[in-house]
Amino acid sequence: MDISLSHVEYRYQAKTPFERIAIQDVSIDIPSGTYMALIGHTGSGKSTVLQHLNALLQPTKGIVKIGDREIKSRQKNKSLKPVRQKVGIVFQFPEHQLFEETVEKDIIFGPMNFGVSEEEARKRARLALKHVGLGEEILTKSPFDLSGGQMRRVAIAGVLAMEPEVIVLDEPTAGLDPRGRKEIMDMFYSLHKERGLSTILVTHSMEDAARYADQIVIMQQGMVIKKGTPEEIFSDPIDLMKMGLDVPEVVRFQLMLEEKIGTHLGQIYLSIEELSMAVASLVSGGVRS
Amino acid sequence: MKKNPIVSLDHVSFQYEGHEQYALNNVTFDIYEGEWLAIVGHNGSGKSTMAKLLNGLQFPQQGEITVCGIPLNETSIWDIRRRIGMVFQNPDNQFVGTTVEDDVAFGLENYGVPREEMVQRVQDSLHKVKMDQLLHQEPHHLSGGQKQRVAIAGVMALRPSIIILDEATSMLDPRGRAEVLDSIRTLKSEKSLTVISITHDLEEAAKADRIIVMNKGKVFQEGTPDVIFAMDEQLIQLGLDIPFSVKMAKALGKQGIKLSKYYLSEEELVTELWTYRSHM
Amino acid sequence: MMENMLFGRYVPAESLLHRMDPRSKLLIIFFFVCIIFIANNGITYAFIAIYTFIMLTMSRIPARFLYKGLKPVIWLVIFTFLLQLFFTQQGTLLYRLGPVKIYEEGLKQGLFISLRFLFLILMTSLLTLTTTPIEITDGLESLLNPLKKVRFPVHEMALMMSIALRFIPTLMEETDKIMKAQMARGVEFSSGPLKERIKAVVPLLIPLFVSAFKRAEELAVAMEARGYRGGEGRTKYRQLSWKTADSLQLLVLIALTVLLMLFRS
Repeated sequence: MDISLSHVEYRYQAKTPFERIAIQDVSIDIPSGTYMALIGHTGSGKSTVLQHLNALLQPTKGIVKIGDREIKSRQKNKSLKPVRQKVGIVFQFPEHQLFEETVEKDIIFGPMNFGVSEEEARKRARLALKHVGLGEEILTKSPFDLSGGQMRRVAIAGVLAMEPEVIVLDEPTAGLDPRGRKEIMDMFYSLHKERGLSTILVTHSMEDAARYADQIVIMQQGMVIKKGTPEEIFSDPIDLMKMGLDVPEVVRFQLMLEEKIGTHLGQIYLSIEELSMAVASLVSGGVRS
Repeated sequence: MKKNPIVSLDHVSFQYEGHEQYALNNVTFDIYEGEWLAIVGHNGSGKSTMAKLLNGLQFPQQGEITVCGIPLNETSIWDIRRRIGMVFQNPDNQFVGTTVEDDVAFGLENYGVPREEMVQRVQDSLHKVKMDQLLHQEPHHLSGGQKQRVAIAGVMALRPSIIILDEATSMLDPRGRAEVLDSIRTLKSEKSLTVISITHDLEEAAKADRIIVMNKGKVFQEGTPDVIFAMDEQLIQLGLDIPFSVKMAKALGKQGIKLSKYYLSEEELVTELWTYRSHM
Repeated sequence: MMENMLFGRYVPAESLLHRMDPRSKLLIIFFFVCIIFIANNGITYAFIAIYTFIMLTMSRIPARFLYKGLKPVIWLVIFTFLLQLFFTQQGTLLYRLGPVKIYEEGLKQGLFISLRFLFLILMTSLLTLTTTPIEITDGLESLLNPLKKVRFPVHEMALMMSIALRFIPTLMEETDKIMKAQMARGVEFSSGPLKERIKAVVPLLIPLFVSAFKRAEELAVAMEARGYRGGEGRTKYRQLSWKTADSLQLLVLIALTVLLMLFRS
């Protein structure tokens, strides 16, 4: 399912003395099957964009297209459920949304709201648990008796069980330890690869953006300031740094080295392996000096 | 640097009520005056329990903890809490005051510091964390990094000898994290502050003087970053990560580049590659 | 959600009223609420109106804030007026249209009561418009201080109020987040049959309570770590200072009381 935003603007508390523009003139295309990273500092407007992706917010200007649904300003939007079923959102700290007595009830809550039969929902719950790396014995436990990491996984399973066509991830690994972080990110990546699930990752981490995404959108002060493939985005790292943004460690390291040695490697490398090969040939043979 | 233990743990064990496993199991080590010690471990390794014990928020079932020469017990905790400041993980849940200045003053009020002195100390400590421009700001208008810097100011206003960062940067974005660590670094360079940072961020730990790796309630390994990062794959098995410079150095090794040491900071690695090239 | 809550929200401005001691403002409002009932004729109401107008001007609160704030209650004022107008049947008959009769006394009562209502609303909202909630808390704590002698927990109450104030925006934000998260899971809060809507509150309230308790617990630990152990031996950072202006304001109010007494019928 394709999603597109064209010239979207959103104002909080519109028409009051407290009015504030959150995003303006935002145009983003997310064709089906894309893995897109949405990057920006806190307050850049990326979470406002996120909430437009399944019509939790309605633009004050511009058009949001979700599949064949159009969401415009000043129109009554009836029954957004079909849209919300197709676009699943994993919010930051999703464990804060758990409320049922058992893990199973919590996971089937979403699917059943969308009219899936209980039997089917239970089947999905088991499958979703497998995806997030938890065993079935956890189904009968109270979600509030689990560890923080397990709660996070149960909440994610609750979104996966809705079987959305697009999944939106808002800092899904915040607060997890390195192992937990890697496991969750790898899991979403394999879902994206195996099922062709469109994935939109909202993150601060340039590392994750460079590693997983095939499209990157950078936001600052409510506007899109750059978009493109990781190679395009990071081809001019100095420009990014001037805007107060981070670059991946590999890129930063390459810049540091180039400055010290006084030669350029000719291109930007986004993986340690590639960079190490280029550096090795530079320092030992000077092939490319 | 002469090593003066400022905190000592002597065969300390702790078990949460209703849990079978020990959160801390027979732990013994010293923390030295003026050092930056990182305590690392995956979630649930016992590192956060340690913070609670050091501050007398929990008491060990066995063993003894000494802080600044005072044995920690029910009667000495108030004295000790004044010497050990603590910054917690969640920026919101430790902000007591309705504005920045009120929050910094909270600790001072508790210890009955006279008002004139309070005003001075609130100003000074907010100045040190670069938050003195936002004296009257309310917490919900502050970023996570700013709130944590206010928390640091609140702790520093009590002039402690030790500051514990209990995963104080784990809920922050990269910018907030950098702000907080910069503040701590500045404070540490100005006075003889002992910093204990409990973290799972290995890049943060790499800048410490010494690292203690916790696993299953025990001290798994202890040493300088050199020693710890030489553990390599073992760290990943413990649910941790290796710093970027080590990964880079390993990748270079595979390409046949021999480096002088196993662990180098990024700056050191760049310098070494530069010399390597000029020797060719 | 906040759009209709302009009424009574603190509006920062540089004015004498903003700078005044919250204690004097609390006292003034308290006395004002009492003495407004002394007024009972045109001239006394005129005094009250002039006083209220002067206070409003002194606060330097933009008129649009007052207007926006009053909008939701103005209907109540009008309703009160109409109620008195139609149902008081004393004095000379002024106007008659079918069964509707309007008497002189009805018009008078209607005007007076609705005006009294309006002035009360204006003056009390002036307190919250020019005083931050925390200042009000400080003022109350200080005014109630004598009650400590009878073991009334004044410090604890003030601390509770200030913590509540501190966490209101945090919890509002949290409510919004949880609502959005549940909406994304197919919950509809604002449409559907009433029974469904009531059921929809459960997935909102439970997480909200869980998180509020967690916050409370962590906050208690953080407070303890920073040396909090009750009100005993604590000093106070926030200071209230009673200035000449505060005394003058009270004197003005006393003068007004005297005037009202003299001119009431």
